[in-house]
Amino acid sequence: MDLRLTDEELAFRDEVRAFFRQALPAGIRGRLEAGHHPTRDDIVTWQRILNAEGWAVPHWPVEWGGTGWSPVKQYIFMEEMQMAPAPQPLQFGVSMVGPVIYTFGSEAQKRRFLPRIANIDDWWCQGFSEPGAGSDLASLKTRAERQGDVYVVNGQKTWTTLAQHADWIFCLVRTDPAAKKQMGISFLLIDMKTPGITVRPIQTIDGGCEVNEVFFDDVRVPAENLVGEENKGWDYAKFLLGNERVGIARVGVSKERIRRIKQLAAIEQAGGRPLIEDRRFREKLAAVEIELKALEITQMRVVAAEGKRAPGKPDPASSVLKIKGSELQQATTELLMDVIGPYALPYDPHEEGANEEPILEDWAATIAPSYFNNRKVSIYGGSNEIQKNIIAKAVLGL
Amino acid sequence: MDFDLTDEQRLLKDSVEKMLADAYDFEARKRIVASGQGFSPEIWASFAELGLLGLPFAEEHGGFGAGPVETMIVMEAFGGALVVEPYLATVILGGGLVRHAGSPAQQSAILPAVAAGERRLAFAHAERQARYDLFDVETAARRDGDGWTINGRKGLVLGGDTADTLVVSARTAGASRDRHGIGLFVVDADAPGVARRGYPTQDGARAAEITLENVRVEAGAVLGDPAGALPVIERVVEEAIAALCAEAVGAMESALASTVEYLKTRQQFGTPIGAFQALQHRAADMLVALEQARSMALFATMMAGAADPRERRAAISGAKVQVGRSARFIGQQAIQLHGGVGMTMEFRIGHVFKRLTMIDTLFGDADHHLALAAEAGGLINA
Repeated sequence: MDLRLTDEELAFRDEVRAFFRQALPAGIRGRLEAGHHPTRDDIVTWQRILNAEGWAVPHWPVEWGGTGWSPVKQYIFMEEMQMAPAPQPLQFGVSMVGPVIYTFGSEAQKRRFLPRIANIDDWWCQGFSEPGAGSDLASLKTRAERQGDVYVVNGQKTWTTLAQHADWIFCLVRTDPAAKKQMGISFLLIDMKTPGITVRPIQTIDGGCEVNEVFFDDVRVPAENLVGEENKGWDYAKFLLGNERVGIARVGVSKERIRRIKQLAAIEQAGGRPLIEDRRFREKLAAVEIELKALEITQMRVVAAEGKRAPGKPDPASSVLKIKGSELQQATTELLMDVIGPYALPYDPHEEGANEEPILEDWAATIAPSYFNNRKVSIYGGSNEIQKNIIAKAVLGL
Repeated sequence: MDFDLTDEQRLLKDSVEKMLADAYDFEARKRIVASGQGFSPEIWASFAELGLLGLPFAEEHGGFGAGPVETMIVMEAFGGALVVEPYLATVILGGGLVRHAGSPAQQSAILPAVAAGERRLAFAHAERQARYDLFDVETAARRDGDGWTINGRKGLVLGGDTADTLVVSARTAGASRDRHGIGLFVVDADAPGVARRGYPTQDGARAAEITLENVRVEAGAVLGDPAGALPVIERVVEEAIAALCAEAVGAMESALASTVEYLKTRQQFGTPIGAFQALQHRAADMLVALEQARSMALFATMMAGAADPRERRAAISGAKVQVGRSARFIGQQAIQLHGGVGMTMEFRIGHVFKRLTMIDTLFGDADHHLALAAEAGGLINA
């Protein structure tokens, strides 16, 4: 037993770190360090830099562009990228629909979509949730009716992240309304340019518009865009959600935020001295650091065990990662709020090119929105309460 | 990175677990606790036979030269079986001090007898005013010809009432809270001037309050530097904390298993109570707390031997915080989910809860170590 990285893993980490330092454009790094979301262009630019290096989709099978790295190396790669900090590759493509396509899709679908996902030539979004189907996802109602060689889709999806940029959406649709809940669902790939699709933005409490409603009105989808078998979509969705939870701990993101907290708490004054010298603040911070260190090791334990599991079967312990990972993302954004203190107050959605000076420094203006925004992380990807149901059933056997 | 045990480690784990399964069920433990001795001579002999009592000692001292992972394996199994024997006191604390600070002659005189099960040790260090500060020592040792004379009071000496040999910390220089000026002395537990008052502890083990009145020891009784023992005390306590973290993981695992079993079998409202979501979520929270604690127990095991003291201290304190908090949480939830029977002395879970509660207080509780971890600059060097 040895929790340290091997010499080979250390050398790999150094190689990756050096590459990120040299290849990540300064503008992108600066925006992310200040707490901004990456722009659409940031995500595309970075994904293409990775793809040129052959590192766009490390976790995929080698024949589709994977690197063949061990789970530990993949984890190192992901964490170094989060700490760089570089934009996270668009998960809807590389981590969600990509693995579904190479695992369950037809040869034609693999050839058509996978290279374009790796190079982000197609921007994907996820059509799962509906107004009446959140945690109870299987109660979804969006209907796809087979008519000759097309499916005609009618219904509505919601919370569709970054659909405003999307070229494609992967959808769970009901193909057999007579079957019991999970049994009548199919997994369909839909071109966002198809007539009958309307995207309406939803403004969230941080002031941003990253999520949308997507309406389908007699949208005709070629039958060849069905993934796998009709009415087996729920199995593919479970596979996808299991994969999603593994990456969802986002330990590197929280570590990078701890760095930022320490940096800013050394500047912000409290009681006539830097906040970082305040005993109570330091203990609050240390408590979060301890939990984060524990989560990092828990994550590594899951990663190390991954090589020994049947492929495509995520560890039920990944629910632990989702719960703790989301709690710590929230705890770190909350600590940043504590750092900025009263200057969390101004709501300053400063637009570039505006005439007036912004009220706050750039780094300060992102803090409250980021705190508000991060309340989502314990809700999406299966809310933390759903994760506890999964633990109770799949791990504890209750 | 590798979380696997070697074949030898797996063998050790299997043999310790088998021995405890055969000889240390809850009824057997009750009898040992009721004996008032704090240990069973038969069990202690089986520990010796399995090589556990010399596990970390060098081969020339009858040991196995094993590392922190082996100690973790043994302590986790002990936690699962709620072992009350003074293993920590004898092998990790007493043995650790002799191993790290003793001369070759002192090691040869003491460690082989410990490994053979013929001698039990205890570390007489804590004092009433010191709370958790390891450097707060008022007991004094004065030069007396070739030797030393020791006067003072020691408390909460784990295994102190049945130990054959005490390792006593005493101040040879400086004021009571100085880091410099502390020495370690090997004292025969029956030496003139040593008065021991033994008592049972909340968790079924035993400890002693010890008074030392003009206790005279020879020059050869000093372990290491008579004024510079604090670093070795800190190091051994760090090893003890890592061991306790492993023990706590075993006990927490046992608490969760017992709770899940109870949720599956206890019927109310015509259904097993494990069908209720409010209770399922408590059990799920227990699992999360256990996994986080297990990770930090591994971290403590790995870092207990780290060269950099700041890094080591932050890691050990961080682990003690996580384990202390998880232990309290899991213990409390386990009682709640067992309901009334959890409150009874007769049922096992209450004893797991009590041991977990005491582990948090040993060598510094979560609040104490949170302050230390913060002072050391935290655990994330991003």
